[in-house]
Amino acid sequence: MTRLPDGRFVDDAPYDPNESLHQIERRDLDAPNWLLIWRKFRQHKLGLISGIFLLLSYLMLPFAGFIAPYTPNERMSEHLYAPPQSVHLWHEGRFVGPYVYPTKSEPDLETFQWKIVPDTSRPMPLKFFCRGGSYRLAGLIPSKTHLFCAPEGATVFLWGSDRLGRDVFSRILYGAQLSLTVGLIGITVSFLLGISFGSIAGYFGGKIDWVINRVIEILRSLPELPLWLALSAAVPSNWGPVSVFFIISIILGILDWPGLARSVRAKFLSLREEEYVRAAEMMGASSGRVIRKHLLPNFMSHLIASATLSIPAMILGETALSFLGLGLRAPAVSWGVMLNDAQNLANVEIYWWTAIPMLPIIVVVLAFNFLGDGLRDSLDPYQS
Amino acid sequence: MTPLLTVENLSIGFGDFEPVVRDVSFSLDPGETLALVGESGSGKTVTCRAVLRILPRNARIRSGHIALSCGGHVTDLTTLSERRMRDVRGNQVSMVFQEPMRSLSPLHRIGNQVSEVLWLHRHASESQARKTVLETFERVGFPDPERAYRSYPFELSGGMRQRAMIAMAMVAKPDLLIADEPTTALDVTTQAQVLGLIKELQQETGMGLILVTHDLGVVANMAEQVVVMHRGRVMEAGPATALLKAPAHPYTRQLFEAAPAIPDAAPCPQRPPERDLILDMKAVSKTYVLRGGPAWRPDIEVKACRGIDLHLPRGKTLAIVGESGSGKTTAARIALGAELPDPGGAVWFLPATGDPIAVHAMTRPQRMAFQREAQMVFQDPYSSLSPRMRVVDALTEPLEIHRIGTGAERRDRAAEMLRQVGLDADMLQRFPHAFSGGQRQRLSIARAMMLDPSLIVCDEPTSALDVSVQEQILSLLEDIRDRMNLSYLFISHDLAVVARIADEVAVMRQGLVVEQAPPEVLFHNPQHPYTKALIAAQPLADIDRPINLKLVALGAGSPESWPEAFRFSASVIPSLTEFEPGHKVRCHV
Repeated sequence: MTRLPDGRFVDDAPYDPNESLHQIERRDLDAPNWLLIWRKFRQHKLGLISGIFLLLSYLMLPFAGFIAPYTPNERMSEHLYAPPQSVHLWHEGRFVGPYVYPTKSEPDLETFQWKIVPDTSRPMPLKFFCRGGSYRLAGLIPSKTHLFCAPEGATVFLWGSDRLGRDVFSRILYGAQLSLTVGLIGITVSFLLGISFGSIAGYFGGKIDWVINRVIEILRSLPELPLWLALSAAVPSNWGPVSVFFIISIILGILDWPGLARSVRAKFLSLREEEYVRAAEMMGASSGRVIRKHLLPNFMSHLIASATLSIPAMILGETALSFLGLGLRAPAVSWGVMLNDAQNLANVEIYWWTAIPMLPIIVVVLAFNFLGDGLRDSLDPYQS
Repeated sequence: MTPLLTVENLSIGFGDFEPVVRDVSFSLDPGETLALVGESGSGKTVTCRAVLRILPRNARIRSGHIALSCGGHVTDLTTLSERRMRDVRGNQVSMVFQEPMRSLSPLHRIGNQVSEVLWLHRHASESQARKTVLETFERVGFPDPERAYRSYPFELSGGMRQRAMIAMAMVAKPDLLIADEPTTALDVTTQAQVLGLIKELQQETGMGLILVTHDLGVVANMAEQVVVMHRGRVMEAGPATALLKAPAHPYTRQLFEAAPAIPDAAPCPQRPPERDLILDMKAVSKTYVLRGGPAWRPDIEVKACRGIDLHLPRGKTLAIVGESGSGKTTAARIALGAELPDPGGAVWFLPATGDPIAVHAMTRPQRMAFQREAQMVFQDPYSSLSPRMRVVDALTEPLEIHRIGTGAERRDRAAEMLRQVGLDADMLQRFPHAFSGGQRQRLSIARAMMLDPSLIVCDEPTSALDVSVQEQILSLLEDIRDRMNLSYLFISHDLAVVARIADEVAVMRQGLVVEQAPPEVLFHNPQHPYTKALIAAQPLADIDRPINLKLVALGAGSPESWPEAFRFSASVIPSLTEFEPGHKVRCHV
């Protein structure tokens, strides 16, 4: 540094006035939007873990039949309301590998209940890649091979069995196939409706906007549960489980779109004021092109986040309907259908494991919420 | 004399990154004004926020000391406990922020927000506080302090809100006031008045003032000491007179040269009126209907533009100057056909070859043809490029829309345009957010040039940029205009910016053109009080030419307060009369 005679301080370091023009100022922001969002999302630990968990859960769905030791409607009339069994590794200080104890039902002459007593003297190792009940892998390939199944003469009820002697663990895996996809199908329906109505309302404004807004308000003022009930009661009872499933998810989607349409409309209104949208209009871009090329890409990430946050509502909706006996019906298996069995409080008190299907619901709904939160936090990667 | 505030070797960094402020030292005597000058990203705001320790969450003071001497004893603000720090804030040191719109709570009355300082620091009772606050309000120039006390922020204009902020900062009589770009968001005339107010208050109370600014003109008017910062380091520091008269560091010199100047008054040669027009606006008015309030009240009509006649000769630049709300942007949008004028108005675009296009009544094919000829450059470089599109996509989009050329030809043209605006062709694959404001404005210009238009409307293209960048962009615009024979309709609120680029200037106020002349004539011989106020309010980087507040006050008030000859009211509006050849003034003859 230099001090001039008049007391001024002047920096000595070399200075090039033209360097800034050819330099990239924010090299860290030179990446497509999704990459920036991913970089930021990675720091959100809870969201990341939830995302991985959900990804694994969905990847597991086609292979549910392979992982489950039993098929969903396989009954073991000897083992009604069997309590959860644990899998052991060591027997009397000796390593046997994963094994279970065979069980036997005995009447308890004091309480007049059947008691399930394990026979701890005979460890029976589990079988792997064994043949069991037939199922279809990914709904297409018929197969009989299971990852593990019970040895001859014993059972493997990891989470107990229900009132008909069906394995709760296997049924939860099969139930996931319906319970998890109902949200996806519903959200697709609600996405399509929400985006089209929301963007029409937001972009064109005026009369159309007014009409769509009133429709949204009417739909949102209808009480939800009775409406679900009415709509699903209208589904003919002789339809097969798969068509009922589709109808249910579409009903959920139709009732969910107003919320999404509103957020799309609000986002449209704010994005329409952005100068790049004005610029595109001044270049002569058609409305369709402006919406497709400029507006949609810029709020797609917001939509994905809000969709992630509304999938849990759909899962809960399906569960509620099925719990009330108005959604999916046996022989279809979903978590709500399983909980339908847990309606009787006295039963839950004695056979607590019949309420276990609540666990996956809670975990999945929480995971979706965390994931949605994480996504929402990382949506605007341009703020430092 | 012990200095009021001493900052020694201050370094501040965000997270683990390189420090954004490195080894900054300065000191300030009581009653003195120190200006921190620099462009955005130079670390000037972070430095002054460090004094109050209101840094962003992940910023840390890495080294250095900030000592405040107060009533004889010295406190080190870097090590003070958070509790004691709260007593300093608002009491001994207070701050005025840049955005008057965002720095007042919208849900509390102005009076309550200002009184809070007194309740907290002086433990004043409500009536005592009210009395002091009303006095302060009167001092900062509220015409009706009682009413201001009761009003909510949204009821006040930007200038009034900034006065309320100043009142809030001053009410506890602090020893040091930090003003972070207090006038950047304001119109020139309001800026001059607010600066004058701050200066007066400072002389009255004898407080020290740290003024953060990017405008050397403001510095010349306000400061005794100057610290010039660039990329977190001090480039030059010292007394304002010496520094402004003979800048020693090349960066200061660059800033100094870039500062817009009003040309020295010189009589101009008479020019024959141009016949070859490219844009002709005749009797253009625009009325917006505001539907507000109860349904039985009649709708409110807002006249954004009233009877505008503007002619833009081919290859020339016509500038429209005015404060926010003067209708200049509406006029530009009408000129581009984005809005329709009220019935009776006409906008004609006259291409070099072919038939004239009636912009106010275009068919769809005519609109497509017109859009190839007329393009726009926007104000905010950060919102004018879609963050999702690579530069190449943004640049080729106009060609794609008009189906011109093949993919390879479009890309070649984009690369060519990038070179034309001074950037490198290898920037095509990058995303707009990687660029600085100036670079993005260049991209924006390149995009407007892609269709090879003959008319470009520039809507305040430099007002969001730093001074030195502004100068480069103006040079670029001039250069392109001469090279490609373009015509500009240039919208600005800054007379000095317009002075260098325009061939003709129209000054607008409340939807009316009040004076129109070539810039030399306008600066040499301004007739209208509002034009005089605009010229007088322009802070110049010349320490011998301070702002003349009297002239500003005379012209910047409402049109009812203007001298008899120029006055206009809702019913009587004087007409725009030719004062001398090529110089029109709105006055009663």
